[in-house]
Amino acid sequence: MERYYQPEIETASREQIKAWQDERLVKQVKHVWDNVPYYRAKMEAAGLTPDDIKGRDDLHKLPFVTKADLREAYPYGLLAKPLSECVRIQSTSGTTGKRVVAFYTQHDIDLWEDCCARAIMAVGGTKEDVCQVSYGYGLFTGGPGLNGGSHKVGCLTIPTSSGNTERQIMFIQDLQATILCCTPSYAAYLGESMKEMGLTPDQIPLKAGIFGAEAWSEEMRRDIENTLGIKAYDIYGLTELSGPGVSFECSAQSGMHINEDHFIAEIIDPETGEVLPEGSKGELVFTSITKEAFPLIRYRTRDICMLNSDPCPCGRTHVKMCKPMGRSDDMLIIRGVNVFPSQIETVLLKQGYSANYQIIVDRVKNTDTLDVQVEMTPEMFTDNMGEIDRRQKELVEGLRSMLGLTAKVTLVAPKSIIRSEGKAVRVIDKRKI
Amino acid sequence: MTVNQISVFIENKAGSLYGLTQVLAENHIDIRALYLAESSDFGIARLIVNDVYAASTLLKDSGYVHQVSPVLAVAVPDVPGGLNNLLHMFAEAEVNVEYMYAFLGDKKAGNAYMIFRVAEPVKAAASLRTKGVKILEQEDLSLL
Repeated sequence: MERYYQPEIETASREQIKAWQDERLVKQVKHVWDNVPYYRAKMEAAGLTPDDIKGRDDLHKLPFVTKADLREAYPYGLLAKPLSECVRIQSTSGTTGKRVVAFYTQHDIDLWEDCCARAIMAVGGTKEDVCQVSYGYGLFTGGPGLNGGSHKVGCLTIPTSSGNTERQIMFIQDLQATILCCTPSYAAYLGESMKEMGLTPDQIPLKAGIFGAEAWSEEMRRDIENTLGIKAYDIYGLTELSGPGVSFECSAQSGMHINEDHFIAEIIDPETGEVLPEGSKGELVFTSITKEAFPLIRYRTRDICMLNSDPCPCGRTHVKMCKPMGRSDDMLIIRGVNVFPSQIETVLLKQGYSANYQIIVDRVKNTDTLDVQVEMTPEMFTDNMGEIDRRQKELVEGLRSMLGLTAKVTLVAPKSIIRSEGKAVRVIDKRKI
Repeated sequence: MTVNQISVFIENKAGSLYGLTQVLAENHIDIRALYLAESSDFGIARLIVNDVYAASTLLKDSGYVHQVSPVLAVAVPDVPGGLNNLLHMFAEAEVNVEYMYAFLGDKKAGNAYMIFRVAEPVKAAASLRTKGVKILEQEDLSLL
């Protein structure tokens, strides 16, 4: 039996969803016009006033917001509510080390947690379940989002956060966790670890997993399902929009339902910005129509995706998005962390290395690896091995503090990095996703 | 009072040392001594050659990152305890040896030769000389 957290919303007619979107969009545009000078200036530059937006059919008239806009507006430029009304921030890394900070009112937190609660019930979760949240807690939205959703469903919530695999397994076993929330690579790692301990799938109490924050393949889904003896479901979200739960998979496991009562999704041509018809492959753009503190109008996610509103066997009527098929920029997602090559370049140059580098990303035993190869330069070279070692460690540390990831640094010979038409190939992604 | 050593950055993989020796061989550079230091992904080849200027220019043109630095070339009496006595004088002169390697020997003269990398080579050479240590000059090398 399919379970819903908010059945009247999740199974509403397409007409009803459109009516909500029309009404909420008009209100949201008025809200940002009145409260965010940044949006007002952008709309004025496009010759628009709130009167021009009468419903979602007018959405295409509005200018886009990009990650660069968010950086420029850091920290308060896009804030639409007085700080005294805000109760939380969450944050994600940006391209130049400057982070994107998203603000939440209590109302925003409630709606976000509702979205996560929908995702948990869609995988069969009820108040009888024990939900272990092994996403990181803190500025990262994974932990706090699913934690809140789990509370709303009424699950017994185990906030283990990420890491300490032994303890994770101990809680799964001792407290009989039935739902696991974490990144897919960590789920795979936990599965492998439990297998090594001699645990067979029927000895593992878990029955479902909600795995997001990084790309994963159908093959990986099968691996995880087999080793843990569970059903594995995808979840999608961005800190900029709230966090996980912008969309989530249902029992059909064939795409993620976008919570359309909170977010309007569009697919655009990343080159021209033109809106493409449903079923086309293009860049996913979101408008948050219920957020108070940090509303985004036509935010370009850079994720390449397709939408599908065919009826779903689960009974939900909200449009489904496929797993993101790539990026329209050069962002990499490594172990759930957003990484831009320019961030790595910044650290290299700051530490005196050359701009001739190569980033090699691979997936070994279901865990992403990041190898940064840098060409040695006459300026950086010294006969002193210890000194080179020390600088190399300093570089690893610099990258760790910029990216929040441990990279392997390899020094290579000058001119050994392949250049095509004089331009070095910066990123080699060997992962098969 | 010192001799010039060339340190070359090479990757720690098959064929890279060969690449270096090939460039030197093709240009008739005579390697008089060689010492390799390695980490997991790269190595430093330290060379004493017959013509430092020619080798350095050649390496630069061939795209090798390298550095020329002064080291001590020291004659060691080729008898049991020869190195021990020498190091005793290093210790007395408070000269710290960063690394060292064997050069070549001259049985007739009764000497072996070693290369020493030390922090302040000129100062170290001066103080070792006062103790009677035989330090070679660059031009001495070509006579060996």
